[in-house]
Amino acid sequence: MKKRRLKAAWDWFDDRIGFSECMMPYIAHTVPRDARWWYVFGSATLTAFIVQVATGICLAMAYVPGGDEAYESLRYITEEAQFGSLVRGMHAYGASAMVTLVVIHLMQVYLHATYKYPRELNWMTGVVLFFVVLGMAFTGQLLRWDANGVWSVFVATEMASRTPYIGPMISHFLLGGETVGGSTLTRFFAYHVFIMPGIIFAGVGLHLFLLFRHGVSEMPDPNQPVDPATYKEQYEKRLKETGVPFWPNAMWRDVVFSTLVVGIIVGCAAIFGPPALDASPDPASIHADPMPDWYFWWYFAVLSLLPPSYELWFILGVPIFGFLVLFCLPLFSNKGHRAPSKRPWAVGIIVAALASFVVLTIYGYREPWSPDFGVEELPTNVIGAEEGPVFEGGKLVHSKGCMYCHDINGYGGHRGPDLSNIGQQLTREDLIIRINNGGYNMPSFASSLNSEELSKIVDFLMTRIEDKGGSSKN
Amino acid sequence: MNQTPSDKQCCKETEDRRSFQVRLSMFLSGVIGALIVLPGVGFVLAPIFKKTKQKWRTLGRVDDYQEGATVLVSFEDPSPEKWAGVTAKTAAWLRRVDKEKFIAFSINCRHLGCPVRWVEGPELFMCPCHGGVYYKDGTVAGGPPPEPLDRYQVRVRDGNVEIHTAAVPLTTTLTFDES
Ligand code: FES
Repeated sequence: MKKRRLKAAWDWFDDRIGFSECMMPYIAHTVPRDARWWYVFGSATLTAFIVQVATGICLAMAYVPGGDEAYESLRYITEEAQFGSLVRGMHAYGASAMVTLVVIHLMQVYLHATYKYPRELNWMTGVVLFFVVLGMAFTGQLLRWDANGVWSVFVATEMASRTPYIGPMISHFLLGGETVGGSTLTRFFAYHVFIMPGIIFAGVGLHLFLLFRHGVSEMPDPNQPVDPATYKEQYEKRLKETGVPFWPNAMWRDVVFSTLVVGIIVGCAAIFGPPALDASPDPASIHADPMPDWYFWWYFAVLSLLPPSYELWFILGVPIFGFLVLFCLPLFSNKGHRAPSKRPWAVGIIVAALASFVVLTIYGYREPWSPDFGVEELPTNVIGAEEGPVFEGGKLVHSKGCMYCHDINGYGGHRGPDLSNIGQQLTREDLIIRINNGGYNMPSFASSLNSEELSKIVDFLMTRIEDKGGSSKN
Repeated sequence: MNQTPSDKQCCKETEDRRSFQVRLSMFLSGVIGALIVLPGVGFVLAPIFKKTKQKWRTLGRVDDYQEGATVLVSFEDPSPEKWAGVTAKTAAWLRRVDKEKFIAFSINCRHLGCPVRWVEGPELFMCPCHGGVYYKDGTVAGGPPPEPLDRYQVRVRDGNVEIHTAAVPLTTTLTFDES
């Protein structure tokens, strides 16, 4: 009885709103049956986006995008507000998840050449979405508005200013003035909260519409190269024979995977909490060590490793050229083989990209190019003398900053060569020349060392011989 | 549908009128769009063209600074925004060269703007980001920076050290020290 009434109510509603008539055909449209787990990444990216929208709205209820207040309000959200730490954590891990998933989705689509006819626009809208997601990630880290956030603005401004002719204009546009100030954060807030999400909503809508319009692609088959003249017909025919309805035959996998994703996001947020806030956002404080979030470490490393003359090409080239190449890809290659086995270079590109990403990310994390400002002094047993010129030289390599860049028996930075065995590698004269003149990225120390200090340092360095070099820290 | 001559007459008329309606609607939509968007575009782009009037800021008495020492000083940008709070602050490395002469280096690395630190022992400015190093006089000693550290104008007035505020030193812009 009750059931029947419920059904009658639903029928009334369904008739008026047209769910079965208009929506069901989309939800239950026929899809190839062979994709299985390969196609879950797109929907998972969307799920992560939904997490971001939901948590983002909550955060916006307490976050104040003001010069002083932003940091304080984030402290409040993180430390005092009920569920604040969990919600902020979800937003942070959700961002990581979204970036990761969108990249996996893109790689999968590239590997299977799904961008070929008739799905060129699916790919192109996807590329725009990919870049906007990266923009969200960057502006999001900046909205933390701690020291790192403020200095990220400077870095972004400097990069933008490298654009020929209009560079400074772009920078001043980004800053909302000529310096970081009251208008800076509010602008980035508007990008992050209104403009870019707006583009994402519109883009996802279009992306999904195109997905329904052209249907889910089949798994690539080496015997079925894409021929625009016959593709649609054959695709329809094959679907009729072997296809299954998207809901629920294919979609359950998306749901399972998305559950896993949300589970991981919430789990990480609950267990590890949101990323710690850096020091307060004072542009006058120089004790900041600006560092982007992990997904940009590779780029951070690139900026450090490049010779300055190539740098401009990279700063502007990677985003602009990268975008154009990806965006226009289907215009250049929209037919032919889709199977990775017939496109070895595509596999090669993916492998090379992944490998460089991993290597550069590790580099970016370790920052071997950065002087180590926190080095400890060498203990006496490592110096190997308790008085005299060798001992004083051992003290001077610390106080004169040699060790910021040079490792000596496990102490010191990694910017320059390890000096633990320098006594065997260079003669006294060579050492003096090298220290006085610098070279290979080493500053000249001629003006900051007097001859007495120099000779003590060299005395000490000449004792650096690996075998008898005393105890090593590592 | 049965087509009579009179029908055709009417439809031809409608077609004319329709093409007029199409054009009118498209045009007016454009007008609506422009009216809505243009003021906003102006509002958003305005900061690009606004030149802030830079000011002299006092950094304290000359005698507060030791000859030869390089110290961090902080002062306020001439920001018109009252709510800028701490973000209106900025800093420089100030060195008293002799009795009368001061040099103020910008703390922004000329590579990508990170805050450089003065390191006393080796007398170098070092950047924590990508390993840029500058000599005592601000010239590049190593790493990626393409240009020497920028300098602020400084002067001594009535026994006070004063610094002239400036925009963020972008690598592409000219240095702002005219002295
Ligand atoms: S910002 Fe200083 S070295 Fe890159």
